[in-house]
Amino acid sequence: MTARVGVITFPGSLDDRDAMRAVRIAGAEPVPLWHDDADLKGVDAVVLPGGFSYGDYLRCGAIAQFAPVMTELVPAAASGRLPVLGICNGFQILCESHLLPGALTRNRSLHFINRDQALRIEAVDTAWTNRYTTGQEAVLVLKSGEGNYVADTETLDELERTGRVVARYVGTAPNGSQRDIAGITNAHGNVVGLMPHPEHAVAELTGPSVDGLGFFTSILAHLTEGSPVRAASTG
Amino acid sequence: MPDAAQPDTVSTARSTPQTSQPYAELGMADDEYARVREILGRRPTSAELAIYSVMWSEHCSYKSSKVHLRQFGEKAPRSDALLVGMGENAGVVDVGEGYAVTFKIESHNSPSYVEPHQGAATGVGGIVRDILTMGARPVAVMDALRFGPVDAPDTHRVLPGVVSGISFYGNCLGLPNIGGELGFDPGYSGNPLVNALCVGVMRHEDIKLAQAPGPGNKVVLFGATTGPDGIGGASVLASATFDDESQAKRPSVQVGDPFMEKLLIECSLELFRRDLVVGVQDLGAAGVSCSTTELAAAGTGGMRIELDRVPLRDPRLTPEEVLMSESQERMMAIVEPGKLDEFMEICARWNILATVIGEVTDVTDEEADRGGRLVMTWHGQTIVDLPPRTAADEGPVYERPYVRPIEQDDLQADTPDRLDRPKTDADLREQVLRVLAAPGVCDPTWVTQQYDRYVLGNTVLAAPHDGGMIRVTDESDRGIALATDGNGRYTRLDPYAGTQAAYAEAYRNVAATGARPIAVTNCLNFGSPEDPGVMWQFAESTRGLADACAQLGTPVTGGNVSFYNQTGNTAINPTPVIGVLGVISDVHDRLTTAFTPDTDGAKIFLLGETADELGGSVWAGVVHDHLGGLPPRVDLDAEAALGAVLAEAAEYGVAAAAHDLSDGGLAVALAESAMRGGIGCSVRVDDPFVSLFSESTARAIVAVRPDAEAAFAELCTRHSVPLTEIGTVGGTALQVTHPGGGFAIELPELRDAYESTLPAAFAEG
Repeated sequence: MTARVGVITFPGSLDDRDAMRAVRIAGAEPVPLWHDDADLKGVDAVVLPGGFSYGDYLRCGAIAQFAPVMTELVPAAASGRLPVLGICNGFQILCESHLLPGALTRNRSLHFINRDQALRIEAVDTAWTNRYTTGQEAVLVLKSGEGNYVADTETLDELERTGRVVARYVGTAPNGSQRDIAGITNAHGNVVGLMPHPEHAVAELTGPSVDGLGFFTSILAHLTEGSPVRAASTG
Repeated sequence: MPDAAQPDTVSTARSTPQTSQPYAELGMADDEYARVREILGRRPTSAELAIYSVMWSEHCSYKSSKVHLRQFGEKAPRSDALLVGMGENAGVVDVGEGYAVTFKIESHNSPSYVEPHQGAATGVGGIVRDILTMGARPVAVMDALRFGPVDAPDTHRVLPGVVSGISFYGNCLGLPNIGGELGFDPGYSGNPLVNALCVGVMRHEDIKLAQAPGPGNKVVLFGATTGPDGIGGASVLASATFDDESQAKRPSVQVGDPFMEKLLIECSLELFRRDLVVGVQDLGAAGVSCSTTELAAAGTGGMRIELDRVPLRDPRLTPEEVLMSESQERMMAIVEPGKLDEFMEICARWNILATVIGEVTDVTDEEADRGGRLVMTWHGQTIVDLPPRTAADEGPVYERPYVRPIEQDDLQADTPDRLDRPKTDADLREQVLRVLAAPGVCDPTWVTQQYDRYVLGNTVLAAPHDGGMIRVTDESDRGIALATDGNGRYTRLDPYAGTQAAYAEAYRNVAATGARPIAVTNCLNFGSPEDPGVMWQFAESTRGLADACAQLGTPVTGGNVSFYNQTGNTAINPTPVIGVLGVISDVHDRLTTAFTPDTDGAKIFLLGETADELGGSVWAGVVHDHLGGLPPRVDLDAEAALGAVLAEAAEYGVAAAAHDLSDGGLAVALAESAMRGGIGCSVRVDDPFVSLFSESTARAIVAVRPDAEAAFAELCTRHSVPLTEIGTVGGTALQVTHPGGGFAIELPELRDAYESTLPAAFAEG
């Protein structure tokens, strides 16, 4: 049996096909999910792809949290049962849904930034990063206008203390993110939000590296081999 | 104009022939107005006047350019690749394996000066809808931009706004931006050029045409509601010269909603896939006027529209305003009655508003000679009754007078021979750095990093490589490459040769990726056609492009003309931007410009011949602020031979890197290849000044690993391309030696010069 990984298309999702391609390259089965159907089709994990869901009107990710498809997703993810990876706009949706703490705000430069970006993977005990080694560098694609991660000091300290910073920008964060944070996880390690795009770094021909594939082979390993994930009590 | 409650009807028009009408304010000439009266046999209603004024505007009718543009068809080379030629929304070419590609470049210059962010954004939106209308999925965009000097205050208003507009709209649509151009010249102060290109991919059988066949078929307007934005944009904005009152034109610029456009794309593609439309047209310039007259003219010729059914954003709009509104993100489809329900269901699924506003009508025998009638009503009263072909196809055609300006002789006589050339290695070195730092040459990353180049996952090459390349789909290794080029300085010196040079450079850029050029699009940016000197530039330019395309077998598939790019009596340097499309059968073979570390030790060959050609060069402009003489000689057969060598070198894997030589010459090409790959190079040349800065055409540098040298040399011999070994890849610097000495510039110093210019000028800190 292979793992079935759902990819949700919201109106304005853009990297949904890319996420499905990455899932396929990793050896799992991608399952398209539609924002307006309150049905996760029994998938084993979900990717919230990048883009501008609902035009990013109001606030990035703010409207998507109310989509019918999220009604089943949010409790399943919060309880630790359903692995969810939010990439870029997906990370924003996870924060707006309160599955992850903090918020993504306008880049410090006020400009959209697209660049090949080195990250340091710091937490490898999540459903989405178990194939990396602690401290491993990965070059992914950063492409966002609102990728500046902010949270209050208490939350940031808590994330650090409990080892929930999944990835940091190598060098200074290009978007001004606090403590150079590029990605975080929840207490269970099943929900990961990441601002740079691993799905665009899965093939030499079209990406800056193949370093992003690990996110998709990790979920496959987690689902089929039961790769260990952090205990919820650490949160 | 009359208010909505009391429309100016056809019967009123019959009974009040003497009513004075504001045709001049709508940009219409006396004789044009007289011709409308003659066609209709009465005065036009105000709604009809609105239609004719926009449809006969320069922007929509090409009335000044048509006689010259005909050459693109008349001289067109026979090409099996051409599936749909000029005249449709965009041309379509066969790229093999059953795939077809449609591409086009279009200007949005004036709106981008008035309101840079929205002007540029809606420029992207408009060209994307043109591509969608052909039945293709839009898969990439590019843009060719020209601005005033970087230190001019207004450039700091226009450039960041234009870039943010392209970024905002293109990124939100999910279309990768794979390259383009960025240029600066004082002439573009007040007349920036924003030329947006889009390319789309489809299967051959999916081609759609803008036509309205089949009496009884429904006319459906779908997408955004219609508001007061962009009213008069086509006739007033695009066809007038700027003066002090241009600030007052702000409301004429349209406002874009890329989220709506993204939904419209997905919705339209699903409608096409399910075969629910028989004809489709996007609403761009001239809005409902244009889409109804063009669809009807290309169909039976007959159409009846209930204009009051158009969903409005502002209920106070008059029928004339509804006809002229350029509200964005709207499409019009012709749908068979039996498929209407399914059409509406798909639209609802995408939350797209769709409204039946009329139907295709039959043409009676007595109407047949004029090609049918377009009738529009407003709350039951007939306000339009005209033969649509007279508006869409039979607009005025002007043979504008043109004459070679006398000062052209002085300009060409003022050759760069009188300019001081660097005498010492220190001078040479310093001038290499100045050329690299020049705004039109330097690293464009400050601009391009605001664009998403990765989305869709098929981008193989993007800026800053010579051309952009995408894989046509995931299921194929087939790819297309695109490049745009236009050199206003060359074209100013010699419009015929300068246009051919722009074509040759785009052709070479595509070839340098390993692709084979097959088709051309163009955006011709000029001053006022009413100036005989400008018209001469235009005539020469179009003749040059048509001849070049005929010689190298690449048909022009479509394009766009932008006139009136001038302030007062001063026109911009004539700037034909030429886009060339190429095909590569396997994208894995593509060539890149970078000397990557694995090319260490490879030999560097210069292909082509270098002459002392510095007229219009970057060196003359940057070091001496000089523009004079003649542009470099164009040798199209040499370009074709060079292209063949590069395509075969890619296919056989004998080239480790390739970079075309153009602006700034060899110095810039070597420095760019070295910086991009992070490894230096050393070259030996005889005449360092001419070798480094000449802009002779039909040249490229190619890095070749030792085991491939023999095969590469044989390739060049077979195609009669001159080959000179000039050095090797390696080290940490650009090192130049010559019989009199030499100099070196370490990579960090090159980078500092190359990368600092735009951030220093535009970063807010």
